[in-house]
Amino acid sequence: MSTQTKLLKTYTPPLATFGAFIGVWYAVHYFILSENRKFIVPPPHAVIDNAFLNGVARSELAEGLVNTGRIALFGFLIASVLALFGSVLMAGNRMIERALFPYAVALQTVPILALVPLFSVWFGPTRTARIVTCVLVAIFPILTSFLFGLKSVDTGHQDLFTLNNVSRTTRFRKLLFPAALPSIFTGLRIGAGLCVIGALVADFFFSRGDLGLGRLLNNYAKRLEYEKLFGGVILASALGVAIYILIGWVANRSLRDWHESEARSA
Amino acid sequence: MKRLVSQGDMTTMTERFEPEIANSNNAARLEFRNVSMTFPDGTEALKEVSFSVAAGEFVTIVGPSGCGKSTLLRVASGLTTHSNGECMSDRKSLGYVFQDATLLPWRTVQRNVELNAELQGVPEAERRERARQAIELVGLTGSEKKYPKQLSGGMKMRTSLARSLVMKPSVFMFDEPFGALDEISRERLQDELLRIFDHEGFAGLFITHSVPEAVFLSTRVLCMSARPGRIIADFSIPWAYPRQHDIRYSPEFAEMCGKVSESLREAHA
Repeated sequence: MSTQTKLLKTYTPPLATFGAFIGVWYAVHYFILSENRKFIVPPPHAVIDNAFLNGVARSELAEGLVNTGRIALFGFLIASVLALFGSVLMAGNRMIERALFPYAVALQTVPILALVPLFSVWFGPTRTARIVTCVLVAIFPILTSFLFGLKSVDTGHQDLFTLNNVSRTTRFRKLLFPAALPSIFTGLRIGAGLCVIGALVADFFFSRGDLGLGRLLNNYAKRLEYEKLFGGVILASALGVAIYILIGWVANRSLRDWHESEARSA
Repeated sequence: MKRLVSQGDMTTMTERFEPEIANSNNAARLEFRNVSMTFPDGTEALKEVSFSVAAGEFVTIVGPSGCGKSTLLRVASGLTTHSNGECMSDRKSLGYVFQDATLLPWRTVQRNVELNAELQGVPEAERRERARQAIELVGLTGSEKKYPKQLSGGMKMRTSLARSLVMKPSVFMFDEPFGALDEISRERLQDELLRIFDHEGFAGLFITHSVPEAVFLSTRVLCMSARPGRIIADFSIPWAYPRQHDIRYSPEFAEMCGKVSESLREAHA
């Protein structure tokens, strides 16, 4: 197969889906909605005009994107580091796992959204409050994926390391961590998406402090500025997708030589 | 060579080093004296097992699945603690080949072969060189940069062998290493294992449920009963090394296999 046909085969299907999506979008606006309801789904070109080409809206959205992106990124880093420590502790010691894991599960079942107003009371409408929200939303799936990876290490490999009388740190560095890497990346991917949601939600609730995408979305919705609302939604999604792709790229770099999930297609 | 002596007991396990016995070539490098092993749930895996393996000896234990063969090997290597009796082995210089190749999938053949040496602190330049020799010895030269998933079952097992060979073990244990291979790779690996054994002169302890494999490889074949595992027969295999692969088709070989099979059959009637 030539490179050209290969490229064609790779990119045609997703582009076709994208085209179809835009088509449906226009169709809904022009053919389905009645005249007085057309404003609830503005057409794509109007979104681009009003949200991305209009100077005021553009700088507003850009500021929101930067602030929300920064919160999401910080939250993601903190959640990942905490999850790594937590999972290593739990994987290494059964008592610690028994002591902590039930609460990690409980954390997952607590509706974090209900706690956000509380954080705003405790921390004020600060970055701290936003980052805490992010971390709490994202940490559990990251932690469970990490823990699953660390505990699924092949017993034969464990025996091999035992026969070599290795220290705990060597076992972690040369066996547990690399073996858990595919699960670790799974956790990071899920966590990245959740951190963007966490950052948006926190911002949505706080009507003061740094201007983020969440508050802009809220404002646009209240003011019936649906073109800008669509623009904000697109940016928020793009932020999630960007982080997802970035992690996907790192995962691919580190796993493609040996793990099925990232194997290069023949 | 230091010999590690351990006195097994459920509650106390003492380990001490004994000085090297002069002229130790004929001395046992691995010795079981009345070793018994009972699992915490009360299952008796081994009962009063006694035997020894000296340098240049290749002892194979045959028995049905689940008779405690693998447990015996785990006890011998120190992965499992036995309940009673004495188990002496040179654990500082131990080779162990698992049932599966247990290669680390994220390491290339070269880096997998270096693993044991790396974990035991052999300097990089030296372990590279030793790995190169071991890879050559098992016939994998040219595949150093491949990852395990690119290897056939036989090549994985060769890599696993090379990984242990790098440490030049004085006691070499094999836990049914060729069980998952097809007949052709299996026979070829048996031939190569014998060549390596002849070259390295370790004390070999091999576990299998294949009688012809046991007879072909060994200086001695021990038959094990069903659980709790006991040694019920001991056959000396007379043929000198290097053994040619076609001794497998000789009447003497068939006769020896017959004897071993017969004693296994009697034990499990």
